Amino acid sequence: MVSSGQDARTNPPRVLLAKLGLDGHDRGVKVIARALRDAGMEVVYLGMRVTADQVAAAAAQEDVDVVGISILSGAHMRLMPRMVDALERHGLRGERGADDVMLLVGGTIPDGDVDDLREMGIDGVFPVGTFTGEMVQFINESLGR
Amino acid sequence: MTSDPNEHRTLSGVPVESLYTPDGLAAADFDAERDLGKPGEFPFTRGAYPTMYRGRLWTRRQIAGFGTARATNERYRFLLAHGQTGLSTDFDHPTLTGYDSDHELAEGEVGRLGVAIDTAADMGELFDGIPLDQASVSLTINHPAIVLLAMFLHTAERRGTPWAALRGTVQNDSLKEFHGQKTFALPPAPALKLTTDVVEFCTEHVPNWYTISISGYHTREAGSDAVQELAFTIAQGMAYVESAQRRGLHVDAFAPRLSHFFGVHNDFFEEIAKFRAARRMWARLMRDRYGATRAESMRMRFHTQTLGSTLVRQDPLNNILRGGLQALAAVLGGTQSLHVSGYDEAYDIPSEEAMRISLATQMILAEESGVAATPDPLGGSAYLETLTNRLEEAAMAYIERIDGMGNGSMLDGVLEAVGNGYIESEIAQASYRYQQRVESGDYTIVGVNDEYRDEAASAGSLELFEFDYAEEERQIERLVTSRQGRSESDAARCLREIGKTARADGNLMPSILSAVAEGVTEGEIMGALREEWGEYVDPGVF
Repeated sequence: MVSSGQDARTNPPRVLLAKLGLDGHDRGVKVIARALRDAGMEVVYLGMRVTADQVAAAAAQEDVDVVGISILSGAHMRLMPRMVDALERHGLRGERGADDVMLLVGGTIPDGDVDDLREMGIDGVFPVGTFTGEMVQFINESLGR
Repeated sequence: MTSDPNEHRTLSGVPVESLYTPDGLAAADFDAERDLGKPGEFPFTRGAYPTMYRGRLWTRRQIAGFGTARATNERYRFLLAHGQTGLSTDFDHPTLTGYDSDHELAEGEVGRLGVAIDTAADMGELFDGIPLDQASVSLTINHPAIVLLAMFLHTAERRGTPWAALRGTVQNDSLKEFHGQKTFALPPAPALKLTTDVVEFCTEHVPNWYTISISGYHTREAGSDAVQELAFTIAQGMAYVESAQRRGLHVDAFAPRLSHFFGVHNDFFEEIAKFRAARRMWARLMRDRYGATRAESMRMRFHTQTLGSTLVRQDPLNNILRGGLQALAAVLGGTQSLHVSGYDEAYDIPSEEAMRISLATQMILAEESGVAATPDPLGGSAYLETLTNRLEEAAMAYIERIDGMGNGSMLDGVLEAVGNGYIESEIAQASYRYQQRVESGDYTIVGVNDEYRDEAASAGSLELFEFDYAEEERQIERLVTSRQGRSESDAARCLREIGKTARADGNLMPSILSAVAEGVTEGEIMGALREEWGEYVDPGVF
């Protein structure tokens, strides 16, 4: 949840990271978890093999600003619509406009899918090889930090 | 990691001197007879076999798997027609983790990164038209290895191929799942029990089958460095040896059927040194610690795969050269079989064209370069021998630490090091260090962090693999039809028998063989075992 005013500029961003489905490739998400933490963010890593609903429930409970999903199984076009839907059902996106929880996805994503994911409402798409520094900057700038 | 521009280190941090000389090697207590020996002889530093590639080239074994068994069977025939000499099966995530294709968590991943196998009938279709007693087949499956191997043995039986005629490999490396591949299903101790069940069963009934492919590849892909890959792989292997010995098996009865699997990264000489050190370490441990007496028990044979994580999205054609150099290191390191990853794999699983180039890469090395003409052509190089020693020392230090965690039992030590997160945390740190070196430009990757960086990296005109999502529906339909065509009471009886055998701590292979013959699915069998033993939940160490 992005609050307005002074707080938004002083509180560190709260980020929830998770892997959807059965995909075991967790090297990237763990590097990102550590890089975001080293950049001063509060990071919750929910782990792997979770469902979109579990992620949304945890995002609501942890009151996070950002949800980052890592998928290297190629299932992003099937699983990310589920993620958008779950965040909406938990009241974290949709009605709230500017207060929407930011939703990011990273992984083995072919070029052709990047635009489709953005159209789906994903705020940031980070294919493998993206530097963690770029992600830190993206999150900070998007949240006005 | 290094700030002094005059200081050089290998990718895993071993210091590199400005010059190596034979005198320096002699001064460092290098003894060629003790440390090298001859190719094919203890300690096997110079190669597993006396003649190496003069006698027999490495096997060109490109892994493949996607969609239904039918689709993968077609890819196999394509590969065999383009110079492939061995088969290797990639299973999809649901199969790897022991879930049927219609399980809730499987959505979107059925057949996506590997072939979907739910039943013995699927296995039969996968190898349709491929003679099982001629093709050397590798099944890349771990916690459910016993189930997939049972399906394979069932297929052979139905075709009238005697089990003794089967030559292949099942990965069956359950321990690396917790820090490497992360496609675990069961907690460490029961997973290790299943691994050992396979070893025990095959030693008696499938004598030419490689029962475990002790794997460092996934550990490396998870972000470890070369030293950790070496150390944790050998440590896992020691745990398997001790586990089989605790069953009462003699080391010389099962050790000849253990094989290994490594990745190969960019640091050319470090990688060659790693392979040579691995052979020497294994030979010494098998002889001196485990009392092996047969050369076959000490002779490490391994498969190598060029590391997918070294492939980049920027200028993807450059990945062909990276794969070629890595493959050359594997060959100079004496690999028995090789997979060169597709140059397009930073985008998706490889296209047919990418696999054709990977096979050609291997053939160019084998036929055009001359590197296969004599064993260990770099043996004796002062630099390479020094690196080989350094890697062995650093890996042995890890092994001693883990051994200490088990008070002198590597089996207990590895279970402890997995359970307390030690191995995973060591890998996570190495992975983060590497990423920092790349992002800071301390380690240059052309086109990624240098002045040639392509900001708008794209696949350009490459024709990438196109996944057909209808494959998922086809597979689920097949599964549903298969369940309808079997006897439910027989299936239930088989599952009860599996549960009973698990509780009695008996070898599960016979009851799983009966179950797959009755059409019981992989997910049902693994479900029964999860019920007995529980499920592993990743602790999420970062």
